[in-house]
Amino acid sequence: MGKLIVSLSPHAHGTDSVEKNMYGVVIALVPALLVSFYFFGLGSAIVCATSVVACMVFEWAITKFILKRENGTVMDGSAILTGLLLGFNLPSNLPIWIIIIGALVAIGIGKMTFGGLGCNLFNPALVGRCFLLVSFPAQMTSWPVAGQLGAYTDAMTGATPLSVMKDAIKSGDASVLGQLPDSLSLLIGNAGSGGAGCLGEVCALALLVGLVFMLWKKIITWHIPVSIIGTVFVLSGLLHFINPVYADPFTVIFSGGLMLGAIFMATDYVTSPMNSRGQLIYGVAIGLLTIVIRNWGAYPEGMSFAILIMNAFTPLINTYVKPKRFGEVVKK
Amino acid sequence: MKKLESSLTNMIIVLVTVAVVSGGLLAWVNNATETPIKEQDELALANGIKSVMGVENLTVTANDELKKNIGGKDYTFVVHKTSDSDGNFLGAAVESTTMGFGGDLKVLVGFDGEGNLLGYTILQHAETPGLGAKADKWFQKDGKGNIIGRRMDASKPLVVSKDGGDVDAITASTITTRAFLKAVNQAYAAYADQDVDAASGASKQVKDITGDDLQDRAAKCGTEE
Amino acid sequence: MNYIKILLNGIIKENPTFVLLLGMCPTLATTTSAQNGMSMGLATMFVLICSNIAISLIKSITPDKVRIPVFIVVIASFVTILQMCLKAYLPEVNKSLGLFIPLIVVNCIILGRAEAFACKNNSVASLFDGLGIGLGFTVSLTFLGIVREVLGAGSVFGVVLLPETYNILLFILPPGAFITLGFLIAIVNKLKKA
Repeated sequence: MGKLIVSLSPHAHGTDSVEKNMYGVVIALVPALLVSFYFFGLGSAIVCATSVVACMVFEWAITKFILKRENGTVMDGSAILTGLLLGFNLPSNLPIWIIIIGALVAIGIGKMTFGGLGCNLFNPALVGRCFLLVSFPAQMTSWPVAGQLGAYTDAMTGATPLSVMKDAIKSGDASVLGQLPDSLSLLIGNAGSGGAGCLGEVCALALLVGLVFMLWKKIITWHIPVSIIGTVFVLSGLLHFINPVYADPFTVIFSGGLMLGAIFMATDYVTSPMNSRGQLIYGVAIGLLTIVIRNWGAYPEGMSFAILIMNAFTPLINTYVKPKRFGEVVKK
Repeated sequence: MKKLESSLTNMIIVLVTVAVVSGGLLAWVNNATETPIKEQDELALANGIKSVMGVENLTVTANDELKKNIGGKDYTFVVHKTSDSDGNFLGAAVESTTMGFGGDLKVLVGFDGEGNLLGYTILQHAETPGLGAKADKWFQKDGKGNIIGRRMDASKPLVVSKDGGDVDAITASTITTRAFLKAVNQAYAAYADQDVDAASGASKQVKDITGDDLQDRAAKCGTEE
Repeated sequence: MNYIKILLNGIIKENPTFVLLLGMCPTLATTTSAQNGMSMGLATMFVLICSNIAISLIKSITPDKVRIPVFIVVIASFVTILQMCLKAYLPEVNKSLGLFIPLIVVNCIILGRAEAFACKNNSVASLFDGLGIGLGFTVSLTFLGIVREVLGAGSVFGVVLLPETYNILLFILPPGAFITLGFLIAIVNKLKKA
């Protein structure tokens, strides 16, 4: 920026900035991060650190050498956030080289090919996660059981609540659901009951704390998280009522990446609709797609695919759900 | 040369001529390739049977189609009975279909006269790439869930370790593994069912028979059921 | 007419995959391995050469208003001949390309060349045009196939380079085709500018 040019008033400036919002989200993720350290120990630390560092390195290298931009964007917090969210979506026993590929895809393909922050059509962390899920399905779906603090790639793996649910649907046997931990332990973290999962899916409570923080700081509004979780709750309740092979709605909303996705991924500024009506449409559609993919799709978790699909629809939603212009007369 | 005018007569004449010439050409090529195509199809089936029986030199003596109703669903099995060049009964390769994770899972499994599993190959599947789709190698001799050489027994079917059996499931694909083992178990059941005498009785009996009786035996196998 | 120029035009200046962006369906669907890509390219080249020659021969007796049906009948005949021959003599290729052999009929490269070149030029020039475009298509598909096979299956033409653990499966699945094609086109454009 050159010298500030003084012109006529008024010039009230909100203190909002990319940095402030990005670091705000990072702070909101801290409780979940601490919980993941508590449950997965060493593995979780390695995964998160690798993911964040790799994302920052790729962001820096691509801006400098390929895009040849003067102003680096590496410190604006978006790469750190992408790295953290990517790490949260991975199992804690994932080898380092896979995490690095994930970071390269997230930053390189998900963000920089479109022109960097603000131009990306899809949430970069989710692009990275889905790329890894499709590319390395075996590694990405064997989740370590929580509570093995010193273990990394040698950790024992177990079934996640979601794979148990899929099993029940495929076999048509509702008694399989008996293996599920109760929804209270899913809410506060299911280390005790031998639960397994990716870093960000073991404790819904820590993520909800983050949500409250972000709402308080006005980093996000309630529309997207509430509409997603509400839709999933209602639809899964309906399915459960019709056929008990489908898990009960409390278990469904507290399991898997649903909370993480609804609170931190779907609310990404760049890739979600701009006004509240659009955000509600977006949230309901994500909830619907999640239920469809979880219950009838090939993969146990549908949250990430659902968000990516709706990311693609965001420009369309923005076109049709325009806010009223200031001063515009509403036609009767 | 000037282009032909687009009059109705011209258009009809040209279209008909082109169609007739192409049709004639196709008929000729079809005629020329008919026999090789049939040979190739038979060769492909024979190679599949050879690979699951683990024997290079064999003759398929009968291809029996068999319909069974298991648990309220209709399943179709094809039993390809085989014998070696001397006419000794080797066993059978059985085609069996179950519902996998993504759709029909069709396998060809080879058994010998004693009910040992000789080999298998996946004929058709719609499993997830990288997960269930690994079934084509997973249960082979050098795979982690090796089932080759198992002695099949109707009272002790193959069961995945997660359900209390002793076959290792494909990483993160228990459902595909269950479907696959079900296909193998049903294939054996179909084979054991219809071969009570063909497998145990007939195989002892044919030991004295020479190659000349092969035709005879093949006809007998076909009419036995 | 300079035949070499026609030939090179098809391979470089009007490369069907990277420049004209024609025939994207087989390009994306069959390049799961170098060998599949090359087989598809060669199969298309065969049909393209045959149909180019045939169409340039009958161009003067084809009334304008029925030229598209005539071209399609000619192309479809050659595709069917190709498929029968593959079934009879190269069943492996036929099996791995499957449905995409009959789909050559609707490959827009072939009808495009018939319309843009063969119905205006003599048969020798059309032969070279078919050869050039066909080679351009084959080279691009093989290249795309090599990239996807190396990344996705760790091998080239079936020769294993990397153990299975290091395979990035996505590249041999449909999304991998789009990503690879996009980046290759970007690189080609960058090289053309330089």
